[in-house]
Amino acid sequence: MASSARWNHVWVGSETGILKGVNLRRRQATNYVAASALRRDEGVCAMCWGDPSESEILVGCLDRSVKLFSTEKGKFTESRQCLGGEGSFCGLAVHDSSIITCVESGLLKVWRDASSENMETQVGAGVCRMRQNPAQPQSVGTGGKENALKVWDLHRPEEPIFRAKNVRNDWLNLRVPVWERDLQFLPGSEKIVTCTGHHQVRLYDPSSPQRRPVLEATYGEYPLTALSLTPGADSVVVGSSHGDMAVIDLRQGRLVKCLKGFAGSVRSVQCHPTLPLVASCGLDRFLRVHNIEDKHLVHKVYLKSRLNCLLLTSREKWDDEEPEPAAPQADVKEEKDELWDGMETVATKTVLKRRADPNVRETQLGKRPKKQKRTSAGP
Amino acid sequence: MSGPGSMASGAAGSAEGPGPVDGARAPEQALFPPGFSVSEIKNKQRRHFMFLRWKQQQRKEKLANKKKRRKEREALGDKAPPKPVPKTIENQRVYDETTVDPNDEEVAFDESTDEFAPYFNRQTVPKILITTSDRPRGRTVRFCEQLSTIIPNSHVYYRRGLALKRIIPQCISRDFTDLIVINEDRKIPNGLVLSHLPDGPTAHFRMSSVRLRKEIKRKGKEPTEHQPEVILNNFTTRLGHSIGRMFASLFPHDPQFIGRQVATFHNQRDYIFFRFHRYIFKSEKKVGIQELGPRFTLKLRSLQKGTFDSKFGEYEWIHKVCFSVMISGWALKILAF
Repeated sequence: MASSARWNHVWVGSETGILKGVNLRRRQATNYVAASALRRDEGVCAMCWGDPSESEILVGCLDRSVKLFSTEKGKFTESRQCLGGEGSFCGLAVHDSSIITCVESGLLKVWRDASSENMETQVGAGVCRMRQNPAQPQSVGTGGKENALKVWDLHRPEEPIFRAKNVRNDWLNLRVPVWERDLQFLPGSEKIVTCTGHHQVRLYDPSSPQRRPVLEATYGEYPLTALSLTPGADSVVVGSSHGDMAVIDLRQGRLVKCLKGFAGSVRSVQCHPTLPLVASCGLDRFLRVHNIEDKHLVHKVYLKSRLNCLLLTSREKWDDEEPEPAAPQADVKEEKDELWDGMETVATKTVLKRRADPNVRETQLGKRPKKQKRTSAGP
Repeated sequence: MSGPGSMASGAAGSAEGPGPVDGARAPEQALFPPGFSVSEIKNKQRRHFMFLRWKQQQRKEKLANKKKRRKEREALGDKAPPKPVPKTIENQRVYDETTVDPNDEEVAFDESTDEFAPYFNRQTVPKILITTSDRPRGRTVRFCEQLSTIIPNSHVYYRRGLALKRIIPQCISRDFTDLIVINEDRKIPNGLVLSHLPDGPTAHFRMSSVRLRKEIKRKGKEPTEHQPEVILNNFTTRLGHSIGRMFASLFPHDPQFIGRQVATFHNQRDYIFFRFHRYIFKSEKKVGIQELGPRFTLKLRSLQKGTFDSKFGEYEWIHKVCFSVMISGWALKILAF
């Protein structure tokens, strides 16, 4: 069971502190707990992959500790206290074997293994999300409530590289409030997509001279809580606090399709990098996997606690099974071969019995090789 | 134009074109263009007539099928296949996977540390504030008064057009544990918002069938000040558990059995029925009950995490109309099995 942690397709972190690994092929969910006792203040608030080969997961908890979970071994290996600032983690990232953390009060800190030389900056209060640019690991973006989008370079932490400007006043000449809930970097360019608590999806382009959003689209009437990019990088999947999930096209800024099924707030959405699948989890204690192209629900798993964040493996083949079950089968097959060989030699000795019931014996002998073939083929 | 005869010929003529006019011809022989349906005829009288004819056809076919099946059944005699069981709501019900298993550790831990834990660990005493929507009418006012006699340690305040988001911090500072808001529409109460105060979940219900004390037949005397027992029936799923605990946290922990009063929340097919009775044991197995107090029916509309904030709050469960009917045709029960 320990090594089967590698084959889990989705890793979900819950509010009660349990890390759940879900294997969608076999429809199983396993709980992994750091300590033997569960504690509510160890609820998971941020998760990220520890390395590009996805063999380690960094789990950020409410009590500001970061735990390292190894998918190879199937258990938590290390834990680290990352104190400083107030509030829970709103972003975790890894860069050059050091951890980048951001807390809600705005403290962005880079933790190196040697406890000295931890670099920190103040990003502004009320941060909701911090994400790392996958193409350039040293740049991170932050956004929050009344805290506009800022892109920071970790080598020059004094000033952000890009600071977004608020849109113009609306038609009543009132200031439009800012509440960036989630953001993603678009691959291949420097553009950033954000979703706000005022049901807007905005696209920013640092390379263009304007600091205002290049594109703005609205969806629904409720705060958008989670965002993820689809494989083609020309549309995004957003989830709202009312359980509405939608695919919005970024080139035109219009709604493409809605994904139905959620009854509660969507806390985290993630798309698979190549397959048309999107996984989402939320407060209604379900994990759902939809197919983006034809909108239907592929998997729905009930996990008993409220779910906060998830990580989807970028594995290509989802139907990979463990190679282990084949090994015990081979052993069993060999044992059976020996058994049958032994029995045949015994049968040749009892010649008298054969003459008594020739038909029965022959059919039995004939049956055995067939049985052998069936068992070796396996389930 | 004299009646259905010429009408029929007119209809058939218009549909068939230059063919021979024959009002009694069956629709299959008519030269309708493919994809033509009765609803495309613009003339209302003709459309009505064609529809009636189609309906008669359907009925005839149905009777003919029935007769044929009955004849086949009799012909086969003993070898006939068993009669198919008719579909009912109870038959088609799908097992809800969120039903809570009593031995489940994870759910037990979740519940022992959720927002109601202080109540269930006896650290807080319930203190309830009952109010209404703005400018309530007589029925709602009387209903609130009667509710406050049933729920011990509750206070009714007049809502002077105040915003709930401003009332809530004041309630918290005065140690209230729950807030009940009765919404009124057209002089009858029709909604209930129940919010657990320090930072607890907010449930929004639709209320129907409200009966005040004087409208209840065979009722007993006024409820006394004794603390009632609470009965929660059929709250089996995870969502049902949360709502059940919300109701339980309205009443004080220790019921006074001397008072012989009991408040019942009975959940059946997603409707929660509230009744308040006084009981007396006539013998070991016989009980007499007398209904006191108001009665009402609730249906959950949404459960929101956090105190009342309908615009920016995060919802744990919302009743969505498109999911009330499963593809197989019957309702999926949310709160109970």
